[in-house]
Amino acid sequence: TALSSIHLPFPNTSTLLVDERFIIKDGDFVVLQRGDVYKAVQIQKKRKVIFEKQWFFLDNAVGELYGSTFEVASGGSLQPRKSKHPEIPAEVKESGMDNRNIVDDGRSQKLTRDDIETLKEQGLKGQEIVQQLVENSTTFRDKTEFAQEKYIKKKKKKYENIITILKPSTRILALMYHGREPGKICHLRYDTLAQMLTLGNIHAGSKVIVFETCAGLVLGAVMERMGGYGSVIQMYPGGGPTRAATDSFGFPEHFHRTLHEFPLCKVKALLAGTLSPDEEGKDSVDGPAAEHLDTTAGQLASSANEQRKERDAEDSSPEGMESSSAQEKKVKMEEKRKKLSAAAALLQGRNADGLVVASRFHPCPVLLTLLRFVAPSRPFVVYCQYREPLIECYSKLREQGGVINLRLSETWLRHYQVLPNRTHPVLLMSGGGGYILSGTTIDDSASASGPQKAEEPAPKRIKLQETVA
Amino acid sequence: MSFVEYSELIQEGDVAIIFLGHDSMFPLMVQSGAQTQTRYGVIRHSTDLIGRRYGSKVTCSKGGWVYVLHPTPELWTLNLPHRTQILYATDIANITMMLELKPGSVVCESGTGSGSLSHAMLRTIAPTGHLYTVEFHQQRAEKATEEFREHKVDHLVTVLNQDVCKDGFGVTGVADAVFLDIPSPWEAVGHAKSAMKRQGGRLCSFSPCIEQVQRTCAALAEHGFGEICTLEVLLRLYDVRAVSLPLPDFGPDDPSRTDPGVPDRAGPSVPTNTAVTCRTAIAPREMAGHTGYLTFASKSLV
Repeated sequence: TALSSIHLPFPNTSTLLVDERFIIKDGDFVVLQRGDVYKAVQIQKKRKVIFEKQWFFLDNAVGELYGSTFEVASGGSLQPRKSKHPEIPAEVKESGMDNRNIVDDGRSQKLTRDDIETLKEQGLKGQEIVQQLVENSTTFRDKTEFAQEKYIKKKKKKYENIITILKPSTRILALMYHGREPGKICHLRYDTLAQMLTLGNIHAGSKVIVFETCAGLVLGAVMERMGGYGSVIQMYPGGGPTRAATDSFGFPEHFHRTLHEFPLCKVKALLAGTLSPDEEGKDSVDGPAAEHLDTTAGQLASSANEQRKERDAEDSSPEGMESSSAQEKKVKMEEKRKKLSAAAALLQGRNADGLVVASRFHPCPVLLTLLRFVAPSRPFVVYCQYREPLIECYSKLREQGGVINLRLSETWLRHYQVLPNRTHPVLLMSGGGGYILSGTTIDDSASASGPQKAEEPAPKRIKLQETVA
Repeated sequence: MSFVEYSELIQEGDVAIIFLGHDSMFPLMVQSGAQTQTRYGVIRHSTDLIGRRYGSKVTCSKGGWVYVLHPTPELWTLNLPHRTQILYATDIANITMMLELKPGSVVCESGTGSGSLSHAMLRTIAPTGHLYTVEFHQQRAEKATEEFREHKVDHLVTVLNQDVCKDGFGVTGVADAVFLDIPSPWEAVGHAKSAMKRQGGRLCSFSPCIEQVQRTCAALAEHGFGEICTLEVLLRLYDVRAVSLPLPDFGPDDPSRTDPGVPDRAGPSVPTNTAVTCRTAIAPREMAGHTGYLTFASKSLV
């Protein structure tokens, strides 16, 4: 691993040798954070970025450590916050005992909106504005200490402008998508995604099948847990897989060698053994495919187009132009065929180590069909925003057999505010995070020796059985 | 077999999970020539297990059958011998994601306890990560060491028998993540900070009592940790069952009048049904209402 030296922020005076992975570089995929709001962007020098109603350039972030905080200076440049600003002094000058005499008439703040704008224009920092608001509030000194703290916190949230640049991870991206665009991820809450990764025993070196319509978030989460080892086969509906969120993870190049994709529309042929080499090339990637355009294929197509245009410009004869673009197309088709073959080969063995499904499609047919590619004694996990389709899945699987430990579950998530004498659950709570059906495959094909008398209630906990040699 | 890598066939020395039926499983160590008693009869390791595919159905001497499953940390959690109260998959899943564990991560943990979380973390950080786990109880530390060896994960873990609050994790500046499940986590925050990499990392503390959480959060803030967040996660299980709801009898229809006053569920010309069946998900009578509070934080250089 490559190391770079970095200067530690004030008041340290030493330099530190850190792994390059911890340093922000041009071209990196990062996540901007301000308070509870996150946004995934790519660092591109001289490119303006908009975040939380502010426009700025990320150039000054290059070379800094991930986790560094910045403020936006006038002109749109990021200023690294090199030292921890001293907090507003903790000693309280004056405070009240309770709010019995505080009347909320909306007139206690003497600064007008224009006044505040003026202060901003004068270049006052967020913290200084908060100070001004406190000094110009007639009721501030009557508030209790707790109320004062709460007031300051609220104003800070509004006026302080600290942006943190984070290294992407499943945790951060799952939080971001759930907060910002839950519709894109079938309302999959981040703790539910966490359950899926653990119940699915996703780990390095295995072969996992993923089918999702969560913008590639679930795929990215699986890939992160596989660390570039093993293989992932993404099944996709329509023209191509969506991987917008997967890109945001910023995986190193070699991770993509473990990623395969296979179209759902060819699954039946694959299962029947009738997937012909000719058919493999006919997949319509360039055709209109609604919102499922493969981003990487799209980029490939556009760069191939650019190259073609360049070549066309150089080549004056019409025959030359035709043969070079036909050549291009042939090469692309061959590549596509090879990739499809590779994915088919991985699936054909019907020995995948796991299956993860999280989509807007009805889970029943997806699960029943894709389970056929999974080896025995392997876990599978299906997410659904709604419960009823999973109830149906459960029943169908019971009928069909081949699975055990079927479990329909959901998780309840609650955050807490922890402050001295003010500890309690947070007031607003997530209403639901979706449902999961999980289980383990088994090999039912061996001949059964009559019905099991297994309906007796199982003992509470089986002790480790005695083994006699 | 390994807890961090799948294999197809059962081999001597493997730890396999025997599945007898709903909620009924136990682990066993596969040994040539050995026999294991189950309520369906005897399993003979050499003939019934060794060389067979994981997931197979094994018929026992009395005629009943069981399934042999490949071990996973989740199955292990449900079947391991308890030496302490353990963490279950629900909390483990959240801890894993919130600590950003992945292959190559270096983790420090205390206390090791019964090794439930340890196994799950080893699975996630393999093949290039490492777990330093500290347990102040000598027998538990020894038992954990033994199990890691039997489960073929000992190359990924170092067990230390010491008090983390006094002596720390035995390493400094290497951890991407630290996990604390001890009675007084605030006493270990300083050690956690120094065990973590200088450029940052994630921390988690699990405590059953809110007072412990309060003291831990205060200690974290004092030590300069950020993004301090406390949450709890609870598992809701559902039982899928077909239920039959009887239909009420309001008496026979009056054929001379069409009176819409009395609602008839079946409709005008359907023969009287006595019951309707629907398939639904039923919540159990009781559920786990609390395991512990999870407090997360980030160490940052800046």
